[in-house]
Amino acid sequence: MSEKTKAPHDYQLSQLRVLESEAVHIIREIAAEMERPCLLFSGGKDSAVMLHVAAKAFAPARIPFPVMHIDTGHNFPEVLEFRDAEVARFGVQLIIASVPEAIERGFVREEPNGSRNRIQTPVLLEACEKHKFTALFGGARRDEERARAKERIFSFRDEFGQWDPKNQRPELWSLYNGRIHAGESIRVFPLSNWTELDIWHYIAEENVALPPIYYAHEREVFDRDGMLMANNEFCRPREGETTFTATVRYRTVGDATLTAAVRSDARDVQAIIDEVGATRQTERGATRGDDRATEAAMEDRKKEGYF
Amino acid sequence: MDLLRFATAGSVDDGKSTLIGRLLYDTKSIFEDQLEHVEKVSRDKGREYTDLALLTDGLRAEREQGITIDVAYRYFATPKRKFIIADTPGHIQYTRNMVTGASTADLAIILVDARHGLVEQSRRHAFLASLLQVPHVVVAVNKMDLVDWDQDVYDRIHAEFTGFAARLRIRDLMTIPISALNGDNIVERSAASPWYAGSSLLHHLENVHVASDRNLIDVRFPVQYVIRPHTKEHHDYRGYAGTMAGGVLKPGDTVTVLPSGFSTTVEAIDALDGPCEEAYSPMSVVVRLKDNLDISRGDMICRPNNMPNATQDIDAMVCWMTNTPLRPGMKLVIKHTTRTARALVKDLQYRLDINTLHRDDSTGELGLNDIGRVRLRTTQPLFIDDYGKNRDTGGFILVDETTNVTVGAGMITDSS
Ligand SMILES: Nc1nc2c(ncn2[C@@H]2O[C@H](COP(=O)(O)OP(=O)(O)OP(=O)(O)O)[C@@H](O)[C@H]2O)c(=O)[nH]1
Ligand SMILES: [Mg+2]
Repeated sequence: MSEKTKAPHDYQLSQLRVLESEAVHIIREIAAEMERPCLLFSGGKDSAVMLHVAAKAFAPARIPFPVMHIDTGHNFPEVLEFRDAEVARFGVQLIIASVPEAIERGFVREEPNGSRNRIQTPVLLEACEKHKFTALFGGARRDEERARAKERIFSFRDEFGQWDPKNQRPELWSLYNGRIHAGESIRVFPLSNWTELDIWHYIAEENVALPPIYYAHEREVFDRDGMLMANNEFCRPREGETTFTATVRYRTVGDATLTAAVRSDARDVQAIIDEVGATRQTERGATRGDDRATEAAMEDRKKEGYF
Repeated sequence: MDLLRFATAGSVDDGKSTLIGRLLYDTKSIFEDQLEHVEKVSRDKGREYTDLALLTDGLRAEREQGITIDVAYRYFATPKRKFIIADTPGHIQYTRNMVTGASTADLAIILVDARHGLVEQSRRHAFLASLLQVPHVVVAVNKMDLVDWDQDVYDRIHAEFTGFAARLRIRDLMTIPISALNGDNIVERSAASPWYAGSSLLHHLENVHVASDRNLIDVRFPVQYVIRPHTKEHHDYRGYAGTMAGGVLKPGDTVTVLPSGFSTTVEAIDALDGPCEEAYSPMSVVVRLKDNLDISRGDMICRPNNMPNATQDIDAMVCWMTNTPLRPGMKLVIKHTTRTARALVKDLQYRLDINTLHRDDSTGELGLNDIGRVRLRTTQPLFIDDYGKNRDTGGFILVDETTNVTVGAGMITDSS
């Protein structure tokens, strides 16, 4: 069909805009039906996209719920800076649930390996209880990991924040069931159906701001179990590990003791899209020590109340 | 690029997860670390070959038992399309999870084991696909390698399924012989079946026409959320946010708002990227109206000459998904579009026998995984259409008032 004979358009949204609409629908459902929602904001690319979509969902009004950062204390300074800038730009309230503070008052204990991945779960649950949050938005995507691939968009959690993978609520069409009793909550994943590549295409189309560490830069790193760890106050080379300078970027941003960089020359979004399109490693496989631990590491953490 | 959502279906062990693993593998959608992982687990389990089902069976219990328990969502793209796959469980105990996966599908692939032919669970899933009105159905006769690619076996299953499907509402049906394990007729047509003249599975998935499956005629806009910025700049802004559930809505259109019945004009439509001239499904938009009417969540915006049926009496096919049976007299919560009400089960007209499609009208209850025709009376009017005309305004869920669990899914029939 030539351009001329074609109908003005065939009422077809691009797949990215279908995903965006779906995410907006989910976010508005929560705002309409749940008493006290909160959006978890780590400063990573998925939470940045989620916040961007949330702002669009309520424009020209403000986002009608606060955001919360579970601060492990193991942060990249660029990410904290980015977090504060975004919070100011969108005019949302920021709640910080601090793991170091929880360690100090003896609520949780530092794990022998120094990772705060596990102990952030009780801190998260405590903050939810304190603020009486009934729904928490998370930026998790189903393509990230095999247990996430199984989770509902509205994921019911009992009064201990636990996920029961063998007993999830049926979830049909776009009818979401957020009904809960006191103490229970819903985790909500508006970006469930997005892939890593969708996220990057969206960042490109929408000019979503990100912390600079997502783009290629020079950094002092060392090799640990095949992963490139940054040499910083949270993570020092052990014996036999030598540091060197490499051109790297981050594919995910998590606890700085666990999150590895990848070698990359991708200094802008388009270069990253090309790189992600050609990569042969999942983002978590390439960069996350936490998921390598055991066969069902993520599933187990979710059962404990983690995202 | 457009999007195709498809779901697998069929009985336990017919090869659904293996097929998805194969599709992902052959379209190079599997990452090295994922592949290494399933290779290692397969070796650890002493398998002769890499068990591609492990790519979707992500839960510990699934891997231990070698079955799928809940839907896995997987994604891949070819230059033609992006695909969202729902790999659903075949086990009857988890039928509700199959229904979850199939409810949003544009296409369902029903697998049949060539050695066993149609079994009750294949019929149940075919029936559910038809009940959910999944617009396109593919019957994949799998494990053809185990019957030496015998054309007679395939023809027999093909004929049997076509006979069964003739009594269902399946709009577009195609059948294909495959071996999910070996990858025959998945991406490329296989030399093993010279007698098969159709296309490969992937070719079909890439080319099946789905654009016309949406309702672009009957304007339906369930109000989801009212946006009132309360700022100086937008002092008088009052917008109705929601997702288009049908038709095409334009600024200047005369609209009627239910339940009030008042009419007004669309002043503007704000899409996610600013003002928009035409809104259609599945766009999330904000509609602004000329007159200030009392409108809140659960109201429905439509055209004065084309309205859904506003009623408290609902006739529907209900798929029951919990152990406590559905019985007349039962009270439930009903969620339909953005409206929530309470519902009383007035009558259970019949229960369907999945094998024979016989209507059993002597039954007093619907048990777990049963499907039957039910009449409900709701505390407030709902604005409904036939499910066949519009999935969004024709479908609802039922929630138990005490446990809060979703216990039923309904598809409205005979709305007028
Ligand atoms: N020979 C042969 N075996 C197959 C084929 N497809 C699947 N299988 C085997 O059949 C068994 C069951 O496969 P699955 O893919 O787990 O079956 P499923 O339909 O996903 O099962 P549930 O999800 O539990 O309902 C596995 O051992 C597969 O390797 C095939 O084409 N040929
Ligand atoms: Mg399976």
